[in-house]
Amino acid sequence: MLVDIVFWVLALLAVATAVLVFVVDSMARATYALALSFVAVGLIVLLLNQNYAGVITVLMMLMEMAIMAVYMVMFMGMNPALMPMSMVHSNRVAIAVAAVTFVLLGGGALLVDWPTRRGAPPADLTAALGQALMGPQMLVMIAFSPVMVATIIGGVVLASHRSRYDRFGDDLDRRPPRDPARGGVGR
Amino acid sequence: MSGAVAVSAWWTPLAVVLLGLFVWAAAALDGVLTARAGGTHRGAALVRPVDATVRLLRQRRVVTLSSDRPLWRIGGAGLLVAALLMLAVTPLGHWTLSDLDVGVVWFNAMDVAVWALVWLTGWGANSVHPLVGGYRFLALALGYELPLMFALTAPPIAAHSLDVGVIAGAQGTVWNVVWMPVAFVVYCVGVLAFSVWGPFAAPIEPDIAGGVRADLSGVDRLLFEGGRLALLVAGAAFAVPMFLGGGSGPLLPAWAWTLVKTAALVAVLVWLRRRLPVLRPDLLLEVGWLVLLPAALLQDLLVAVVAVWVR
Amino acid sequence: MTLQLVLLVAAALFAVGLYGAISQQVVVMVMMGLEVMINAVILAAGAMWWFLAPDPTGQVLILVVLGAMTIEMAMGFAVATLWHRAKNSDMTDAATDLAG
Repeated sequence: MLVDIVFWVLALLAVATAVLVFVVDSMARATYALALSFVAVGLIVLLLNQNYAGVITVLMMLMEMAIMAVYMVMFMGMNPALMPMSMVHSNRVAIAVAAVTFVLLGGGALLVDWPTRRGAPPADLTAALGQALMGPQMLVMIAFSPVMVATIIGGVVLASHRSRYDRFGDDLDRRPPRDPARGGVGR
Repeated sequence: MSGAVAVSAWWTPLAVVLLGLFVWAAAALDGVLTARAGGTHRGAALVRPVDATVRLLRQRRVVTLSSDRPLWRIGGAGLLVAALLMLAVTPLGHWTLSDLDVGVVWFNAMDVAVWALVWLTGWGANSVHPLVGGYRFLALALGYELPLMFALTAPPIAAHSLDVGVIAGAQGTVWNVVWMPVAFVVYCVGVLAFSVWGPFAAPIEPDIAGGVRADLSGVDRLLFEGGRLALLVAGAAFAVPMFLGGGSGPLLPAWAWTLVKTAALVAVLVWLRRRLPVLRPDLLLEVGWLVLLPAALLQDLLVAVVAVWVR
Repeated sequence: MTLQLVLLVAAALFAVGLYGAISQQVVVMVMMGLEVMINAVILAAGAMWWFLAPDPTGQVLILVVLGAMTIEMAMGFAVATLWHRAKNSDMTDAATDLAG
């Protein structure tokens, strides 16, 4: 009973804050409404007995939203005062598409003949998840590592303003490098 | 090697009271050390936390123009909530409020929540100096968070579990701090950093007119300052089951040892404020990524080798 | 808290995210719409795992989705930063013609 009440509160919070993301006037409010939506979904996943996945969702999303707020301020550059911020295109088409999608997916969720539960959850879920990741599902970890490295390198290369040649000169021989601020380890 | 026993939620007020007592003690100690350094009378410094609380409660709240009021207040008051949620998974001896089997990750999630809260306090005021302070905090956070996460991974590797009670019980006679000192140091750096304390006080420095707390006054100021100290106390309390053996020790019962160890670590962390200079965020970024992170990773490697070898 | 109810909530979140991804003009807001959609996928995956097949293998899917979202955000913001630096604009309409 208590679980059901908590679930409904979290579910309504998740959907309401997701709608708020596109309705509110200020970017910081939009970002943190999204953060709240993610935290609500993470807590629902926690309620569904997936402790590790739920807490990791909460952790990662709070960190991502804190950084995303910085980016939003950087790109949109408005002050915290609440200025009207409705910048949409093809609004009616979008609403129609969203409504049709909801009817399709929701109808599918309600009308599909879902199979019965297969198996029982293991006793120590987190340990079982860890062993699955290190054993049968190790391909996931192996695949993620180079993708993450590629993302880091790609992101830095795309976004970096100054290259090695700006720092070390045309022959890569200027020491100390020419930086606007000195680093902490004396590089 | 059993975990802690979860007690009912009705014991939460006791946790709040204990947190309040430790926060008061930390503030009093800080006041005494400040008085001793400044040459003023020490006795008054002991009562200063109570004086400050009463004064701030009576003070009129200053509100800035076009401030984002909900976000601002959530940022300031949320620090206390984050500290309490951290304490919810920390065992007091053998008892804990929540026997979450991923307690370490929950603590990590709460200290990441501090990122959002301090930035919101800086943003919501619609004022230059708090905004600069909020951005300084994010710059510091990018440097300390990953080393802190890897330092928090070391005790679970040794204990084969993410449950804080199990980690506390698995330490036996050789505490984790003895054979994973690098992880302990990096963890303490993280605690100082997420409580905006000591060398990591750049977000609240006088050179930006108080930074994040520049436009806070009255009860908001009290909540923010109390929240900072509460985070320091919660971080120190969490270090006890993770690195300092939990409630183990001769003579006294487990809960008493937990309180004694927490008090000792809080005293050391408060004392460090007057001993270390405030670090610049851009200097710390390189130190965090080039020194602390490899050190924490090597520590994790060492712990993992020992854990597999011993098994 | 049955499977149908949780999937209904996930469908609602997905629809809201789709609205955002289609209608918003600013790149960052489009990305937030995509984030809401991935949020819905995480919720649906968690629900289906618990109610249909609670095997540890299935939880890995949530971690994969989280990882995919992180990568998408990182690359999206890198491209948005580069675009902003080059054209001082953050509108998706202006970015349809990347040449020049």
